[in-house]
Amino acid sequence: MSKVRVLVGTRKGAFVLTSDAGRERWEISEPQLAGWEIYHLKGSPANPDRLYASQTSGWFGQVIQRSNDGGKTWEPVGNKFVYEGSPGTHQWYDGSQRPWEFKRIWKLEPSLTDPETVYAGAEDAALFRSSDGGLSWQELAGLRSVKGNLWAPGAGGMCLHTIIQDPVNPKRMFTAISAAGTFRTDDGGQTWRAVNQGLKSNSELPDADAEVGHCVHCIAMHPSHPNVLFMQKHWDVMRTDDAGESWHEVSGNLPTDFGYTIAVHSHEPETIYIVPIKSDSEHYPPDGKLRVYRSRTGGNEWEALTKGLPQSNYYVNVFRSAMAVDALDPCGVYFGTTGGQVYASDDSGDSWAPIVRDLPPVLSVEVQTLP
Amino acid sequence: MIRVVLPMQLCNLANVSREVELNVVGPTTVSMLLDALEVRYPMLRGTIRDQVTLQRRPFIRFFACGEDLSQESETNPLPEEVASGKEPLRVVGAMAGG
Repeated sequence: MSKVRVLVGTRKGAFVLTSDAGRERWEISEPQLAGWEIYHLKGSPANPDRLYASQTSGWFGQVIQRSNDGGKTWEPVGNKFVYEGSPGTHQWYDGSQRPWEFKRIWKLEPSLTDPETVYAGAEDAALFRSSDGGLSWQELAGLRSVKGNLWAPGAGGMCLHTIIQDPVNPKRMFTAISAAGTFRTDDGGQTWRAVNQGLKSNSELPDADAEVGHCVHCIAMHPSHPNVLFMQKHWDVMRTDDAGESWHEVSGNLPTDFGYTIAVHSHEPETIYIVPIKSDSEHYPPDGKLRVYRSRTGGNEWEALTKGLPQSNYYVNVFRSAMAVDALDPCGVYFGTTGGQVYASDDSGDSWAPIVRDLPPVLSVEVQTLP
Repeated sequence: MIRVVLPMQLCNLANVSREVELNVVGPTTVSMLLDALEVRYPMLRGTIRDQVTLQRRPFIRFFACGEDLSQESETNPLPEEVASGKEPLRVVGAMAGG
């Protein structure tokens, strides 16, 4: 019988939540890597018991941890992230130039096929790769050459937060950076180009249609449709059908199209989920109601999913890496909040229940469906 | 042996008790002490000082013998009480909540 393992990164440690395929009774682990910020942890698709975790602290810097037993035990591996060559400068909030400076790893994306290969998305934004299970890291510096001097930090810092590997074309990969935009490589990470045509940032950029500089919050892909990407931008929910060559807005009837996270149903490539947030200053759901919005039409037509979710006095946020789906049928959908709740739906979003209510603020949620 | 007291977060990371003992060859300075610490506990590299510039991380401080040595040159000799093992060098995470 299948099992589900939910990997939760929080401000004060990681938690591993496990259940059988019924998804009714959950075991909650003790805090792992306790006391540190766990920006992200994720398992290797090629070896689900191999996990990688980004453990970080304003005091003690960046640590990368690796587990070979599904998160029961951990070992620190390499944490030397050095920008290739002279790192150069990027735009600061006020438009001046600032030197690139490593701060932390936001995202760890294990290879689809090799448990020893893993990608890391950094703040200040850069992409690193390890081919030895995290012991050593090399920057894929071609990414920063795509007008990196025009990239700027968003409120959370200048972070590379999304890494998507094309399951059909192993040479193709997408990254997303706040605030720079979406980028694509077709040669395994050596060279990159911006794929932001169609994004509009009227309030945030002097040129609303700029090639780079857009505050992309999250992108998602269904593995069976690798040319279709969905994006939650700072404002606007967007879609591309040609691997980023052109984007168009699919916000449709949403109450607000600001938000952070976006996910795709595991079996229905045109079913997507977001959590609308009131605005870029009011980082909580509109009307004090925690609502996931689902579109079964690939955008534009959205329905509010409220059953089992608090519908009054609810003022938390859902961060960009804090929503994921399992591979069971019906599809399970999971998200974590800055209030420390992890909600799950075992019926594709029709109804919800908390798995756990009182964790530290949740930074990331990933799901593994295990045999 | 020279004694070094680590903050709890780094004790957990290195899987050691609060105080570790180190052999330092040559003059007893913060720099030499950190070199020895990182050789013995490589998982601590980058957590106290930058791995490339070797600059102390901004929220780390060094105390010994009731004094704050954080602003001293890391190549200055440490007090004799530290060099002799009578007193530890304390590596401290700055008091900043969290």
